[in-house]
Amino acid sequence: MAKKESTFLNMTLTLFVITAIAAAGLASVYNVTKDPIQKAKDEKLKTAINVVVPGADKAQIEEKEIPAADGSGNLVFYYVKNGDDLIGTAVKTFSNNGFGGVITVMVGFDKEGKIIDSNVLEHKETPGLGDKSGKSVSSWNEQFKGMDISSMKNSELKVKKDGGQVDAITAATITSRAYCDAIQRAFNTYIKTLTENNVEPKEGGNE
Amino acid sequence: MDYLIIIIAAIFVNNIVLAQFLGICPFLGVSGKVKTAVGMGGAVLFVMTLATVVTWLIMNYILVKFNIVFMQTIAYILVIAALVQMVEIILKKISPSLYQALGVFLPLITTNCAILGVAIIVIQKDYDLMHSVVFAIGTALGFMLALVIFAGIREHLEKLPLPKGMKGVPSALVVAGILALAFMGFAGLV
Amino acid sequence: MNNFKNFTKGFLKENPVFILLLGLCPTLGVTTSAINGLGMGLATTFVLVGSNVVISLIKKLIPDKVRIPSFIVIIASFVTIIDLVMAAYVPALYESLGLFIPLIVVNCIVLGRAEAFASKNTVFSSMIDGLGMGLGFAFALTILGSVREILGSYSIFGFKFIQTDGILVFVLAPGAFFGLAYLIAIMKKINK
Repeated sequence: MAKKESTFLNMTLTLFVITAIAAAGLASVYNVTKDPIQKAKDEKLKTAINVVVPGADKAQIEEKEIPAADGSGNLVFYYVKNGDDLIGTAVKTFSNNGFGGVITVMVGFDKEGKIIDSNVLEHKETPGLGDKSGKSVSSWNEQFKGMDISSMKNSELKVKKDGGQVDAITAATITSRAYCDAIQRAFNTYIKTLTENNVEPKEGGNE
Repeated sequence: MDYLIIIIAAIFVNNIVLAQFLGICPFLGVSGKVKTAVGMGGAVLFVMTLATVVTWLIMNYILVKFNIVFMQTIAYILVIAALVQMVEIILKKISPSLYQALGVFLPLITTNCAILGVAIIVIQKDYDLMHSVVFAIGTALGFMLALVIFAGIREHLEKLPLPKGMKGVPSALVVAGILALAFMGFAGLV
Repeated sequence: MNNFKNFTKGFLKENPVFILLLGLCPTLGVTTSAINGLGMGLATTFVLVGSNVVISLIKKLIPDKVRIPSFIVIIASFVTIIDLVMAAYVPALYESLGLFIPLIVVNCIVLGRAEAFASKNTVFSSMIDGLGMGLGFAFALTILGSVREILGSYSIFGFKFIQTDGILVFVLAPGAFFGLAYLIAIMKKINK
């Protein structure tokens, strides 16, 4: 077969056919992978919640977006429930004051507002320094377990350098401050929801 | 204020070449002389801004609307390739002087991953159109800055008595590494 | 024999990274660990083999003047396929490679092999060529990834052999440049 000539019709037709086949092929790949991609995302979220509220992997999770108490953005609340029994509440919170910008933190509270556990979700901190705020790198954030922020001076979570009780990561005070800031934001908002609507999340929150 | 932070972050903190490793090919290939570095930087500034605007509009008004976001890569790369050709033709017609300054660099730009990279990043970051434009300009300025500094150093590097194995690209990469080290000093700036 | 040579040339003699200096952006960008380098290399291999085979199959049906755009569409399709598949089945790796997966489309190696090899050769030898070049690329990325991981975090493929922080600079941006610089210099020596 001879090579096709570059007439206008040939060129348009070729490009059109190739693109159409590509689009059709990709649409079917997309359909096949759509559910697994969604599943992988759900799985990841559930694992992240389970770290800060153990037992979440076997419980139902109600998700609700709630404006932060200081109006700085929206936090996502995950109410982890076993039937009607609230096991704990995971809050996806953030701080804009990290060394590399925004830090996203997941923190779990029990009914009284004590911290169950916490971990970093996303960050751009320096590897080897600020990234020690994550459980995969170091055990630094274990110290937050069981902390009761309401019992602290002015109900404020602070690093020791600023008069608080949190041991900062060596050479990453800014990251440590941001981590505290993120948890503080979650705590203030959590307490606010408690006083506003008597513990239980409102009906009809998105699942 | 918001815009200023985006620009400073894009130029210094997250420099596209030295921190994000995009646009390495032109960075190593073209930048032997400061003058060509400025030309290349200008062409990238022009195309990157234009491409970001066009691809942003395509994403938000076509791909998202028809629920075919998975066509992003195909759509983007075709649009960028076509755009570069069009810019070349139009520039030749309306501004021969500008064409002379930027023309030789334009064909190289289609395969510059920084252009496609920025177009994808602004979607990932959920920027609106204005933020996207500012981000594209900042990134391109960062690219130009890295290119110009690098060219300035390389002009001298060629005269040095280096070991044979380190001549050319390896020594250039070492210089790039030292530059990257220097740019890390900007971390925490914003 | 010919096919064998065709296959092995990508590893040393015409290694895309160390010798041809192509595809340096992902090479520098993702090689913070050996596994990332390997993953990126294999993803690129998939795109290379796929696009090489398809292009050599339909090379006669494509008019010369729309050759490049047609190649680009084909390459971009394979990139999107691997993008979706990785997001679905290896989400953790997909996340750490991030932006560099869609950017395979502008990796000079892929379009370069399409234009220089697949558009002139048979389907089988194009497949071998894609496989050789792709695995050569994966080989280069894995080596650089290993070097950076060993020095930077004292571990290899995630297995930590010294329980302390590594020489951090190697997992940071400058380490990518330094590591590649010396590997290229060494490869130059070996090839001589």
